[in-house]
Amino acid sequence: MSSGNMLEVKSLDVFYGDVQVLWDVNFEVKQGEVVALIGANGSGKSTTLATISSLLTPKRGSVTFEGQPLHTRAAHEIISLGIAHVPEARRLFPDMTVEENLLLGALTPEAKKTRPEMLEKVYTLFPRMRERAKQLAGTMSGGEQQMAAIGRGLMSKPRLLMLDEPSLGLSPLLVGDIFRVVEEVHKQGVTVLLVEQNVFKTLTIADRAYVLENGQIVHSGTGKDLLNDEHVKKAYLGL
Amino acid sequence: MTPQLAGQIELFVQVVIAGLLLGGLYSLIGLGMSLIMGVMRIINLAHGELMMVAMYITFLLFSLIHMDPYLSLFVVLPALFLIGAALQKYLITPVMDVESVLPQNQVLLTVGIGMVLSNLAQMVFSADYKSVPVSYASKTIYWDVNVGGQTISLSFNFPFLVAFGIAIALGAALFLFLGKTDIGRMIRATAQDKRAAAIMGINTKRITYITFGLGAALVGAAGTLLAPVYYLYPAIGGPFTSKAFIITVLGGMGNIAGAVLGGVVLGLGESLGSVYISLGYKDAFGFIIFVLVLIFLPKGLLGKSSV
Repeated sequence: MSSGNMLEVKSLDVFYGDVQVLWDVNFEVKQGEVVALIGANGSGKSTTLATISSLLTPKRGSVTFEGQPLHTRAAHEIISLGIAHVPEARRLFPDMTVEENLLLGALTPEAKKTRPEMLEKVYTLFPRMRERAKQLAGTMSGGEQQMAAIGRGLMSKPRLLMLDEPSLGLSPLLVGDIFRVVEEVHKQGVTVLLVEQNVFKTLTIADRAYVLENGQIVHSGTGKDLLNDEHVKKAYLGL
Repeated sequence: MTPQLAGQIELFVQVVIAGLLLGGLYSLIGLGMSLIMGVMRIINLAHGELMMVAMYITFLLFSLIHMDPYLSLFVVLPALFLIGAALQKYLITPVMDVESVLPQNQVLLTVGIGMVLSNLAQMVFSADYKSVPVSYASKTIYWDVNVGGQTISLSFNFPFLVAFGIAIALGAALFLFLGKTDIGRMIRATAQDKRAAAIMGINTKRITYITFGLGAALVGAAGTLLAPVYYLYPAIGGPFTSKAFIITVLGGMGNIAGAVLGGVVLGLGESLGSVYISLGYKDAFGFIIFVLVLIFLPKGLLGKSSV
């Protein structure tokens, strides 16, 4: 951890086949921060998270977490380093119960030991999940599925939680709930990397944010600064 | 009740029993193929040939060291698991990794694996029919039931009865394994969402090896259980591959609960058809059911895939 950064993304170029989707993406996340990646649909936010999770291999550049390179590892090794990824569209296992989904969040040897406590913790954070424990995940509402997905991510006791559009498709009331949960998780000491289209709410809770456009980072700054930035106001806040 | 009617009932019940017992074995064959279908999304067209390999292992153990077929399950299950896992790891996975023009290359590969296996068997054991002549091969248990003043005498073939019991036990063990253990949940997770499974830390490639191994072990068990009541020859696998395929489609591709139902339906269909229509068409009934299901229930008896 020479630079003091928890997560370091350096000069990332990522391709889907022959099509380049990320262009020289650089950013970092420090321990204890809430960092947001904002941008329109197709700007490369999810691709960035997928690359950090080693689901995609960058053509150039590097991703390091606590000094360890991630881009040379297999996708299934990432979680054991302390990173949990709550993917876009929740990606719960639809034909399994909520409880089974949560248990699958704690597969690393470390996490297996603390399963009962973590399960209890997730149920305390989301009382609704306790009621739904035996229900098939695919039969729940979008908001409930998002809670289960975040809960599943927390089961591995991550130091860095990556959330990909947790408010997508939810009613305004539920969006508020989700953001409150993110703040709560952060208060408990988890560093958060948040990808969102709900720019206003995101910038309100983010320490720092990066703006992605067409696969490039075009802006960065503290949440407050970006809320007052003319370009951000115009392009993302409709002001 | 007239004696004629009692005779009719006796025949019918007897045929249904035979069908159910056979259906238990078919379920075991179908479970393996359905599990592989559910996780890897490929039809294993070497399924019957893997069963043939298990039968020859049983035959060898019996003729060389007089090991009872039921005891040889303890050799056959691990052996077939290893063969299956190795086939997946060294042959099927490398082909799955290649982005090819033909996405169904893996399925063609399993056809090739089946051919190699049956021709190897022919090289080693010749094309002659072999058998595992256990002392209890034709042992039968009788059960007399009194129905409306007439005695109905039902008979149960002992090896089929044992096979049915073991098939049920293995099926139950599989469901417990998939439902209650971490590896079982990891297999189901991989079947339902491979990418999300990888994010959870599941080595999905390793899961495919385990899954193919399990599928091979299950069909291997069926082979061993059939050995006392069937002749074996190198080409025996082909018909069973098509039976397994029919069962898998009947149950809904990749639906393992459906595979059990599909197996029983096929067993009953063959049994009833061969008695009430014609024995000569025994193998045709499976295909008739298959076509009817494809026309009227194209998603199978239990609908969508679920592991």
